[in-house]
Amino acid sequence: MFGKLTLESVPYHEPIVMVTLAVVVLSGLALVGTISYFGKWKYLWTEWLTTVDHKRIGIMYIIVALVMLLRGFADAIMMRAQLAVASSDSAGYLPPHHYDQIFTAHGVIMIFFMAMPFITGLMNIVVPLQIGARDVAYPFLNSLSFWLFGAGVVLMMMSLFVGEFAATGWLAYPPLSGLDYSPGVGVDYYLWALQISGLGTTLSGINFIVTILRMRAPGMNLMKMPVFTWTSLVTNVLIVAAFPVLAATLALLTADRYLGTHFFTNDMGGNVMMYVNLIWIWGHPEVYILILPCFGAFSEIVATYSKKPLFGYKSMVYATAAIGILSFLVWLHHFFTMGSGANVNAFFGIMTMIISVPTGVKIFNWLFTMYRGRVEMSTPMLWTVGFMITFVIGGMTGVLMAIPAVSFVLHNSLFLIAHFHNVIIGGVVFGCIAAMTYWFPKAFGFKLNERLGKYSFWCWLVGFYLAFMPLYILGFKGMTRRLNHYDNPEWQPYLVVALVGACFVALGIWFMLQQVFVSIRDRKQNLDTTGDPWGGRTLEWSIPSPAPFYNFAHVPRVEHLDQHWEDKEKGVAYAAPAGYEDIHMPRNTAAGVYIGAFGLAMCFGLIWHIWWLAIVGFVGMIGSFLVRAYDRDTDYYVPAHEVERIESAHLANLQKAA
Amino acid sequence: MTQAVTALPHGPGHAGHHDDGSKTVFGFWIYLMSDLLIFSVLFATFAVLSKATAGGPTGKELFDLSFVLVETMLLLVSSFTFGMAMLNLHAGRKPRVIAWLWVTFLFGAGFIAMEVYEFHHLISEGAGPQRSAYLSAFFTLIGTHGLHVTFGLVWIVVMIDMLRCHGLDAVNTRRLSCLSLFWHFLDIVWICVFTFVYLLGAL
Repeated sequence: MFGKLTLESVPYHEPIVMVTLAVVVLSGLALVGTISYFGKWKYLWTEWLTTVDHKRIGIMYIIVALVMLLRGFADAIMMRAQLAVASSDSAGYLPPHHYDQIFTAHGVIMIFFMAMPFITGLMNIVVPLQIGARDVAYPFLNSLSFWLFGAGVVLMMMSLFVGEFAATGWLAYPPLSGLDYSPGVGVDYYLWALQISGLGTTLSGINFIVTILRMRAPGMNLMKMPVFTWTSLVTNVLIVAAFPVLAATLALLTADRYLGTHFFTNDMGGNVMMYVNLIWIWGHPEVYILILPCFGAFSEIVATYSKKPLFGYKSMVYATAAIGILSFLVWLHHFFTMGSGANVNAFFGIMTMIISVPTGVKIFNWLFTMYRGRVEMSTPMLWTVGFMITFVIGGMTGVLMAIPAVSFVLHNSLFLIAHFHNVIIGGVVFGCIAAMTYWFPKAFGFKLNERLGKYSFWCWLVGFYLAFMPLYILGFKGMTRRLNHYDNPEWQPYLVVALVGACFVALGIWFMLQQVFVSIRDRKQNLDTTGDPWGGRTLEWSIPSPAPFYNFAHVPRVEHLDQHWEDKEKGVAYAAPAGYEDIHMPRNTAAGVYIGAFGLAMCFGLIWHIWWLAIVGFVGMIGSFLVRAYDRDTDYYVPAHEVERIESAHLANLQKAA
Repeated sequence: MTQAVTALPHGPGHAGHHDDGSKTVFGFWIYLMSDLLIFSVLFATFAVLSKATAGGPTGKELFDLSFVLVETMLLLVSSFTFGMAMLNLHAGRKPRVIAWLWVTFLFGAGFIAMEVYEFHHLISEGAGPQRSAYLSAFFTLIGTHGLHVTFGLVWIVVMIDMLRCHGLDAVNTRRLSCLSLFWHFLDIVWICVFTFVYLLGAL
């Protein structure tokens, strides 16, 4: 009846897990209680959970990303605490099997359930507004993508309390992840959580490609597209080209575990290194999928706060496209030690060095944009400058490791860990937070608190350097990754410094949360009444904040790269139009929620071998999809007088501000 | 989207938000390309593992080319009959569209029946997917294609029912165009399967 699932599957004997469970249950109850107290369930359901509005879906993605950041960071600080004490005779407080699950969960969460939803959320909020569209190409598919991703998040969190998570490292290399060495449900949680959220990611990739290519405002040709939209386009092309490879690779490993095939087993002709190759054919584009939208956000921020057009727009576009193509030609640098021979290693080493060239072009473009600009050091700009310095260091250590001979020495050492955290924290995390601060008013109608934002930035920056510079040194000293315990007392001081760094980052996260809380509390003082709080350049700043649900009362005509800036210069921005028309909009639908829920049931059934549940889930997914497909009443018209009411209120606000 | 609304010409204020079908078909093309990447991973896997028979049977010992040729012809003919359905769609002849879709369904179902028979036959001979990495790759590649065709069969039945409910309206025309692309796409993948798996394997 319940497959492998028994009451013993809950890890009662793990006090850390049980305390976490208690905290999660209590905060969950508090949340449910608060929503019930204010009677907001109906509002939550009709306005948010079933929404097809790209801005609200984007906000939900980012809320989940921030919650998962807390989970992933909790894993991180536990590891740092373990390593700060687990020297010589001390075993530390985390037993190896638990520790292995923590570092696996940390990697999986931070990449798939923190960074990915963060950039997907940003693209959702910003891209349609930048190209003058009223929604994405397929609004329902967008909601479905979110809920498939949501099912993955729930599986990920469930694995903490019901059963276990993979103890294999974040890419689950076989044969360790095969049935012989990982007989438990941990790897199955890993496989199904990634499979279902990856499906959502692929669908949203298709959605954004069509949105960007087919729904731009009239006059906006490709070379008049804002840089963030350009980087989003390239990112989504990479998603559609790379995620199917991940899906297929994970499916093969799944077949090995469920059907007894021999793709990646040690015996019967299986080939383990094929998995490593395939997973990195997805994995390397993935790091550019994460960083490119952040590059785009930094470009917008630098131009806005320097009060200058972006330096070298065209070279920025070409650099982005070049990175997109090259990202598929470097995967082998993740395992030079495979032994594919000097020529193959040399090719991938050289390609890796070449990919740093377009990235360097971008850094120079940002610097030249700031050069002789009226630079305003607001919070997003601080993050940007912090990024430029940090990312250059990370890039240099990356090019260093692109030399196969060096890679042989540093492979799997803490030097590598320091390198990729250097680029992911310095690039992706800084980028996401900068972008969130920058576009926050457009999503919510008020600004984030500057002072607390700056506190957060400095804590993150100092914390990052304290936590990861010692790891570079430890890498040179020979400390390898994924150690639970070490008997070289010389390493301990460095690891203690790294723990102090993690504490600074914790403080940075605390200030971030406080910033959000304080900003919501004091929102009346920080209202963005004009819709253009920073003196922006692109179309999203030409409409009210928060953006009305239909985005643009009139689809704008575009003649310039920085259309809104040009309009302001000519004094034609905010001109009252002659009249309004009915606007055609998609209706909200619960189909995405149901498909996600059935998908969750299906995956849970598959993980625990509860076959009837898996079948119910699968049939439910198909059934809900069909019900949606038969529904012909999926859209409606917003009457012109309603549009006029909203727009007139905004124009009145603008006049008051002027 | 009601039919009355769809039939109206779109004013400039609505441009880009009514889908005339081209946006969906474009998106479906992108989906097909992503699906093709799944197949390319499976083909690459098959190529890497083509010699990894672990002492088990090779393709040469297992494949019956004349059987596979019949299978192939069934699928190719089904592509032709789907084309007939599309021609009738553009001519606005609903009963014939439905009839040709049923013919397509029968050929597709025949293909799947033969494939199931072949799988059953191989497994009963002890040449199942657990026998060797080579056979794992074989079963996964062919099976994935077969699952796609099965999904296509379900879609055809649903499509026929939708045609009965709503006729040849814009939404159904758009969906039939996508299904048509999907069906031809599977045909092309099968031609690669036939060439690289069966013909090269039987050499």
